[in-house]
Amino acid sequence: MCDQTFLAITFGPCDNCSQNKPLMNIYLKNEPINYCSLCVELMACQGLAKGETTNTLKAESESLKAKLEEERAKLHDVELHQVAEKIDALGQFVMKTRRTLKGHGNKVLCMDWCRDKRRIVSSSQDGKVIVWDAYTTNKEHAVTMPCTWVMACAYAPSGCAVACGGLDNKCSVYPLSLDKNENLAAKKKSVAMHTNYLSSCSFTNSDMQILTSSGDGTCALWDVESGQLLQSFHGHSADVLSLDLAPSETGNTFVSGGCDKKANVWDMRSGQNVQSFETHESDINNVKYYPSGDAFATGSDDATCRLYDLRADREVAIYSKDSIIFGASSVDFSLSGRLLFAGYNDYTINVWDVLKGTRVAILFGHENRVSTVRVSPDGTAFCSGSWDNTLRVSAYLRSSGESELRNILYNTV
Amino acid sequence: MTIRSDRDHGQRCRPRMSCLKKVEATVVQMQDPSTGVKGTNQKLNITTIPHAITGQDIVAWITKNMNMDNDEAQAFSTMLVAFGYIYPLQDHKKLVLRPDGSLYRFQVNKWKAEDTDYAIYLAKRNIRKKGVLDAYEQEEYNKLHKWMNHKWDFIVMQAKEQYHAGKARQKADRVVFDCQERAYWIVHRPPPQTHSAMDYGLDRHIDPNVEEKKTYDYYKRIVIYMCFMGFCSKSLFLACSLVKYMMTFKNHDPFLVPCLPRNPWQTDHDSYWELNTPDVEVPTKMRVERWSFSFYELLSDPRGRADFKVFLKKEFSGENLAFWEAAEELKWGTAASMSEKAEHIFKTFLAPGAPRWINIDGRTMGLTVKGLEHPHRYVFDAAQTHIFMLMKKDTFYRYLKSPVYKEIQKKAISPAPQFFCICIEAQLQQNMRNRRPSVSPIITWQKEQEEKAKAAAAAGPIDIKKLMASKLDRK
Repeated sequence: MCDQTFLAITFGPCDNCSQNKPLMNIYLKNEPINYCSLCVELMACQGLAKGETTNTLKAESESLKAKLEEERAKLHDVELHQVAEKIDALGQFVMKTRRTLKGHGNKVLCMDWCRDKRRIVSSSQDGKVIVWDAYTTNKEHAVTMPCTWVMACAYAPSGCAVACGGLDNKCSVYPLSLDKNENLAAKKKSVAMHTNYLSSCSFTNSDMQILTSSGDGTCALWDVESGQLLQSFHGHSADVLSLDLAPSETGNTFVSGGCDKKANVWDMRSGQNVQSFETHESDINNVKYYPSGDAFATGSDDATCRLYDLRADREVAIYSKDSIIFGASSVDFSLSGRLLFAGYNDYTINVWDVLKGTRVAILFGHENRVSTVRVSPDGTAFCSGSWDNTLRVSAYLRSSGESELRNILYNTV
Repeated sequence: MTIRSDRDHGQRCRPRMSCLKKVEATVVQMQDPSTGVKGTNQKLNITTIPHAITGQDIVAWITKNMNMDNDEAQAFSTMLVAFGYIYPLQDHKKLVLRPDGSLYRFQVNKWKAEDTDYAIYLAKRNIRKKGVLDAYEQEEYNKLHKWMNHKWDFIVMQAKEQYHAGKARQKADRVVFDCQERAYWIVHRPPPQTHSAMDYGLDRHIDPNVEEKKTYDYYKRIVIYMCFMGFCSKSLFLACSLVKYMMTFKNHDPFLVPCLPRNPWQTDHDSYWELNTPDVEVPTKMRVERWSFSFYELLSDPRGRADFKVFLKKEFSGENLAFWEAAEELKWGTAASMSEKAEHIFKTFLAPGAPRWINIDGRTMGLTVKGLEHPHRYVFDAAQTHIFMLMKKDTFYRYLKSPVYKEIQKKAISPAPQFFCICIEAQLQQNMRNRRPSVSPIITWQKEQEEKAKAAAAAGPIDIKKLMASKLDRK
């Protein structure tokens, strides 16, 4: 995270209406002003001022965009892979599936790891949400949601609850219990309410708050205990499909990607869209932060994955190949950020070298599209969920650069 | 009346299947008479099928012309079969490509995948021979008969016409045509319990094909929001920082360097997790090294944070971290208890004469006090950032040079990499039985909460006045 500490006033009296509200820090004619979101909206919908027409406004916005591009281009002096030339290349990796989790009756849509590095929660199209101990492949809890297409599920940081949602337009939190016979649906808490399907949800640093994104084009932050809406984020012009929280120490931002081909970075405190990236050619299916919080990767239906640097404010790498035609549905980084795991709609998982932009491994095995790929919290393995009703946990086997002796020593049949 | 089934191939939000355009271009290339895949006439039962191609030829062509290796080419050709561009002549229900002598043909005919057409197809097959339909097809037929009852005469008439037209063809043509039609419907109306490639999931809520009507406020919003200043730095500097992060963590990434003693997923032994629990007495050397990478790494590892607290206790400066932790709890906590938490934090850390007073500059204090008039969860943000930066830039470096850290570095264990022999079946079975279940995270959480409560009670602010008063009393 950038070392600059800029004291932005995020809550206080609005410059316009003088009410105490969360503030957006924007610049009007190069003057910094603090307006609340309502006043900003009013300003935008004020109507055309004297001498303004839709065309003049359009021209103004285009020229601003061009100016921004110019400024960005001035600072762009070298490509990522040029810097990476001095770094050793990775050999061709071989990954092996270590666990296959069978138990869902329909497409697996989403999964999440628990912080204990071995448990996972997964959700599927038939409404079932299952908590597994992936290491022993035992099912520990199962919940049946009242709706189908449960597209979002998340494990709470404490490991004591799971959140899930989908076509019911809600996000519900189920506290887990040690008693196997207890009906988890009895203690369910309905937290989020959207006007369209829930595409993604994530707990923040505690069990008490949830961040959700929805097909209605908005993201929202909710208080779990009361179900209160704490902050909403408007700015996408189409369905929002994915979101990810920044891992940095200040932890106040998150990124979201949607069907309008845009990836937006938001400030959780004020609800302001601080950065926006639009270089993809089709829907963005998944966004994931780089482990240091300085960059993020996206996977899209245009069959490419891209890396965006937040401080450079631009795209710095594209991961694509002519032979890869089908869209990427899910991406995740390895612990050091050197590898990018991406699941595609052609039933494969491709592993990319983030620095050099080359592909280091391809995994087959799933019999239908890969819908979700997540690396475990300690980076020892990754789990992929697919529309073939199974989840697979895979780990590293060997790479082409290693000696034969090492292969024998670290190998299992 | 159009019946909207979950297999609506009308696909109003089509961009998600735009990859098919590229696939179609490839298929056209494959069908080129000179440079495409070589086809021959094959005898199937008693008829000769023209332009049949073998699975291995397809894979070979793709490997050569699309610059892929064998496995990838096989996966790609399976996609071609799954989407119906190529259909198998034997075993027509299984839509995979076998890279051997199995025969395939290009699907050249295009039908419409509407329910009406499906009904006509099923009716036609029924006319040809009663009882030839599979169970699922019979079910679909009955369903369609019920739904489309008003059109049924039309459907039967069409079916009869097509049946007679078919009879008029040459035997070979008829067989080929029937094969193609059957293959088409396997793809577009797959049997139950099979995975269909045509399934693209839910429709998007907002149709990306429709151009958004951009009125003046759309542009006004762009103009307003574009005026923020982003901080930009030179690309070289940023690229180098990304590379630096990767190089720093390279030895800690289990995909790049094997984790010691062994990766639990590879070997079915969870000793790696046992040695790295959050509350372990003696951490591993790798873990201790990781704490030195950044202050954030130190704080996010519970064992690291505990060690840091030991150091702070020795320096009598534990209040900075305590304030930071309390502010974090406020930020991420429930809304209900927020204002009383804010009060408590102010009384404990910021008020003049507070028992655990922290040192922040005047401006920050002013902002915080003003914010406390209407307490919200981010009210201590400015103070928290100030304290965090202070700890990061000063205390953290002193910690790394301190005897506390040096001691833990010495104590830290370095588990030897454990080798294991190439496993045979019996060994694998035993490994599976060795997999130990772990303590449920719920129990771990409860224990942690109990310990926190105990620690909070013990570390409560010592009221000097009361202590002196009690001493005086005893005298």
